[in-house]
Amino acid sequence: MKSEILKLLCRNARYTNEELAVMLDSDEKTVAATIEELEKEGYIRGYKAVIDWDRLGDAYVSAIVELNVVPKADLGFEEVAEKVMSYHEVESVYLMSGSYDLNVVVKGKTLQDVARFVARELATIDSVTSTTTHFVMRRYKEMDVHLCDMEHDDRGQFLL
Amino acid sequence: MIDYGKVLNPTVTEIKPSGIRKFFDIAETMEDVISLGVGEPDFQTPWKIRKAGINSLERGKTKYSANKGLGLLRLEISRYLERKYSLSYNPDTEILVTVGGSEAIDGAIRAIVTPGDEVIIPQPSYVCYEPVTRLAGGIPVIIETKAENDFKVTKEELKSVITPKTKALILPYPCNPTGAVMEKEDLEALYDVIKDTNIIVISDEIYSELTYGETPHTPVASLDCFYDRTITINGFSKAFSMTGWRLGYCCGPEEILSQITKIHQYNIMCAPTTSQYAAIEALRSCDEEVESMHAEYDRRRKLIVNGFNKIGLTCREPKGAFYSFPCIESTGLTSEEFCERLLREKKVAVVPGTAFGQGGEGFIRASYCYSVEHIIKALKRIEEFVTELETK
Repeated sequence: MKSEILKLLCRNARYTNEELAVMLDSDEKTVAATIEELEKEGYIRGYKAVIDWDRLGDAYVSAIVELNVVPKADLGFEEVAEKVMSYHEVESVYLMSGSYDLNVVVKGKTLQDVARFVARELATIDSVTSTTTHFVMRRYKEMDVHLCDMEHDDRGQFLL
Repeated sequence: MIDYGKVLNPTVTEIKPSGIRKFFDIAETMEDVISLGVGEPDFQTPWKIRKAGINSLERGKTKYSANKGLGLLRLEISRYLERKYSLSYNPDTEILVTVGGSEAIDGAIRAIVTPGDEVIIPQPSYVCYEPVTRLAGGIPVIIETKAENDFKVTKEELKSVITPKTKALILPYPCNPTGAVMEKEDLEALYDVIKDTNIIVISDEIYSELTYGETPHTPVASLDCFYDRTITINGFSKAFSMTGWRLGYCCGPEEILSQITKIHQYNIMCAPTTSQYAAIEALRSCDEEVESMHAEYDRRRKLIVNGFNKIGLTCREPKGAFYSFPCIESTGLTSEEFCERLLREKKVAVVPGTAFGQGGEGFIRASYCYSVEHIIKALKRIEEFVTELETK
């Protein structure tokens, strides 16, 4: 039940409890209680809309910044990760395998904003030895959702 | 000047055009129509299958195959039927690969029916059985299945239409548009009626992968008593989301299959080779994909059935295929009126039950080959429509 609810909410967080209950052969009360539990236990961390800001003309710039970090003896990468996470410009932080350590997605109003943030804030963190910044040029798909109008139903309206 | 009225075959000219032509034309002039009107999956053909088709092209597999279909594909079909349904057919002599289930239906009927023979067709059902019977010179004899029997054919109904001229019985289950299925006991009851006859059963099981609930699909031929009088028709369109590949098959006793194969040989040659290679992959490695599409259809099915019942349009639980078939009699409209007004007033496309036979009056077919979001949106509009009807 829990994992079924999570799967459906992950697809669309706005399904009503009633809709979820119908699809899962359950009742609204059980669904509501289960979701509450999932939230309390910290499995569900939040609900957000997937927005095509470019279409709104309210565009923002984002960049993927690769950080190389010297890990601390006791804390490993945790300390620097927490530091990086604390900036509101930072959308996500991942520890990576391979040729660099932290993958940081940074968001800003303009290219200059992002560049300034990387140079002033991220690059200057003590244990960060180098940064490589890749600006995003176009968003095609985000969180499983197509952002370009590439998906369309070409089946027509009627077919017996 | 040629008088076309004199040259054309009256059997063909008398075939009525499809019952949804009018709705096509209306929808064509409109924008933002939300459709629940199509009878094909919204899922893409699983990538593995497409890749297998592409690979076959890259390897230059672009020639005719054997008339009956690639040996390897027939072997995989026989294995699939054995593993899914414990159904045994000899791949060399009892399986024919066709251009969709449609060609198999046509071939089966033509191999059996001579002018004047009667073919029993339960309705509401898919639209091809009647015209194909007529083209073969046969006489369609309709059983109007009833909602209170869950649109199954009953023993009594079958008994009442059998005559010495009855040649074949079509069993279109799981059923488009009603979602009805025939379970083992239902089939056994029918056997009692036909056991002393030579009636051949043409069982169109194209939706066999799409049944819901406790009991899995029961192929007619899986019952020993039916085996030697049944032509089983199936295909790749619905189960594997491969409608455009045009690939189906039929299985049955060698005596019948060899005759259908002759028809196939002279009007088709062989099914498309690319599709046949893709289908081998479908049967070998796509159980998981089929299961995941099935699970999604099931969620949508529950949602749409619940939605219609809440709106006040009584909707029985469809046990198979991917259609809901709610009753709209409470609105006081005919099926056609309901569909036309729903389309004009709320821009939702559904199909009148009468498109599948007169017994479909009072019902509409709403397909759930659409995303959950799409279905929710369509149901909202239908609810508005019904509420407005009631307040007027």
